[in-house]
Amino acid sequence: MTFAFWFFAGAAILASFLCITRRSPVSSALWLITTLFNVAALFVLLDAHFLAAVQVLVYAGAIMVLFLFVIMLLNLGDAAPGENPRWSPSRVVGFLAGLGLLAELLVLRSAVPPDAIRLPPGVVAGEMAGHGAVQSLAVPLFQAYLVPFEITSLMLLAAIVGAVVLAKRRL
Amino acid sequence: MKWVTGSAFVYLSAVKILAVFGLLMLIIAFWTLVERRGAAFIQNRLGPNRVGPGGLFQPVADGLKNFFKEETLPPFADRALFVLAPMMAFIPAFLTFSVVPFASPLPTPWGLVRMQVADLPIGFLFILAISSLGVYGFVLAGWSANNKYALLGGLRGSAQLVSYEIAMGLSAVAVLVFAGDISLNVIVARQQASVWFVLPLFLAFFLFLVAAFAETNRLPFDLPEAESELVAGYHTEYSAMKFAMFYLAEYSNMVTASGLLVCLFFGGWDIPFTSWDNTAPWTVWKTLATFVAFWAKTLFFLLLYVWVRWTVPRFRFDQLMDLGWKVLLPTALGYVIFIALATWALEVPGHEFGVREGLILAAANVVLGYFFFRVLDRNRVLGGPANRGRKLWRASAARRRS
Repeated sequence: MTFAFWFFAGAAILASFLCITRRSPVSSALWLITTLFNVAALFVLLDAHFLAAVQVLVYAGAIMVLFLFVIMLLNLGDAAPGENPRWSPSRVVGFLAGLGLLAELLVLRSAVPPDAIRLPPGVVAGEMAGHGAVQSLAVPLFQAYLVPFEITSLMLLAAIVGAVVLAKRRL
Repeated sequence: MKWVTGSAFVYLSAVKILAVFGLLMLIIAFWTLVERRGAAFIQNRLGPNRVGPGGLFQPVADGLKNFFKEETLPPFADRALFVLAPMMAFIPAFLTFSVVPFASPLPTPWGLVRMQVADLPIGFLFILAISSLGVYGFVLAGWSANNKYALLGGLRGSAQLVSYEIAMGLSAVAVLVFAGDISLNVIVARQQASVWFVLPLFLAFFLFLVAAFAETNRLPFDLPEAESELVAGYHTEYSAMKFAMFYLAEYSNMVTASGLLVCLFFGGWDIPFTSWDNTAPWTVWKTLATFVAFWAKTLFFLLLYVWVRWTVPRFRFDQLMDLGWKVLLPTALGYVIFIALATWALEVPGHEFGVREGLILAAANVVLGYFFFRVLDRNRVLGGPANRGRKLWRASAARRRS
């Protein structure tokens, strides 16, 4: 189990590093897909099978296809050597944000989570055996958290309508 | 008898993986021959019948030929992606079959073994997730070859697969709602306990069948490789074994789609009108009988693929998109709402869904199906030639009278 975790975590980090360093946009996109796939494997190790499947289905299988589609339609070539300067403002901000995240993770690693948010071992596995992978997620989503869920879907709908209106001036 | 656990589970799983892979390869090889002989039969000619009895060894000859042909690499192709693309089409195509149950559990000295490579709790979602990765093979093959026909084929392929995936998933949601579970084993068990889901969910079956044809890039939806417009589409520049891998992927997708149709709508490994095959004391004979039952149904759908291929002409690309987004998707969405309402209305606390509920829904499906096919048909076939002839005859009779 630990070996599987380190294997997939290492692969995810390596793939995400390759994703931001490749010249060709197509290989960048492919390494991003690899990252998403490895993160899905980490979800499986956490017994979150449904999340893993949705991660692969939605992100790796649908959204990244559209990314590739756009890259291919625009026929983006490799970035020229001087095209991306070494120190642009966005890179500095990104580097600082990454450092902040790393520091946060190091602090959180030594913190002990309060008992209120910790499940006793075996609860997740028992839930999976009793109700299946989907029902244990669906019941809270459609009962306790129904309103936030519907608000999210409304926001997505608004985004879709907005995208269509912006892209198609003459409807 | 208990399910097999521990190290025996690992070894038996390895055996199952090898066996299923071999079986799939065998069926695929044989089906290339069935396809060619079937095409010949429909076109009133003989087809390949020289190698072995009745041409039975033709697939072997084709395989050897593919191994010994020259591997071409176009000079301006993206080398790494060009080599990677056939593998990215091949691997997901074979991976998806791993969650399809194909026989009743087999008793062994170490415990009961499921006749399914992996019994995942997310069952059907795994198939959707992995088959959605298959599109990368086509897209990358089209892009990396640096050929405009291949690129057009790749673009068409990705657009088509992404569109029909939604219709396919939504039509399967009706099954999942009705069965109340997402694991294929449970769905098969529900059908064994009541009726095959093709009766209560006929429209979902039809939508799934159409979407499955589109997802496997088969005629009438083989736009990504339409030879009259795009040479050979995304695999224009491929030769030898790399081309054969696309071919194997296509046939493997067909086997998985047929197996899935059988599992979701035709009772999986259930033998109809009996219950001895799905009750507890499992024996080797039960496994064999259900194995035959499953593959008999699956091979029928594979035959349907061949049959349709040489019957229905190819769609135009805008017709394909219209069918996917304006017909299949809204119908599937409406059908999910209908099935959810019907399941809620028919639900009696403490009473399992049985034959009675299935037959009530089947009757509702006959009504719904009549209107659906009536609208889809636009008076071509159903109320078609006979009615038109009658109208013409009346008009001419009126003219004669005046």
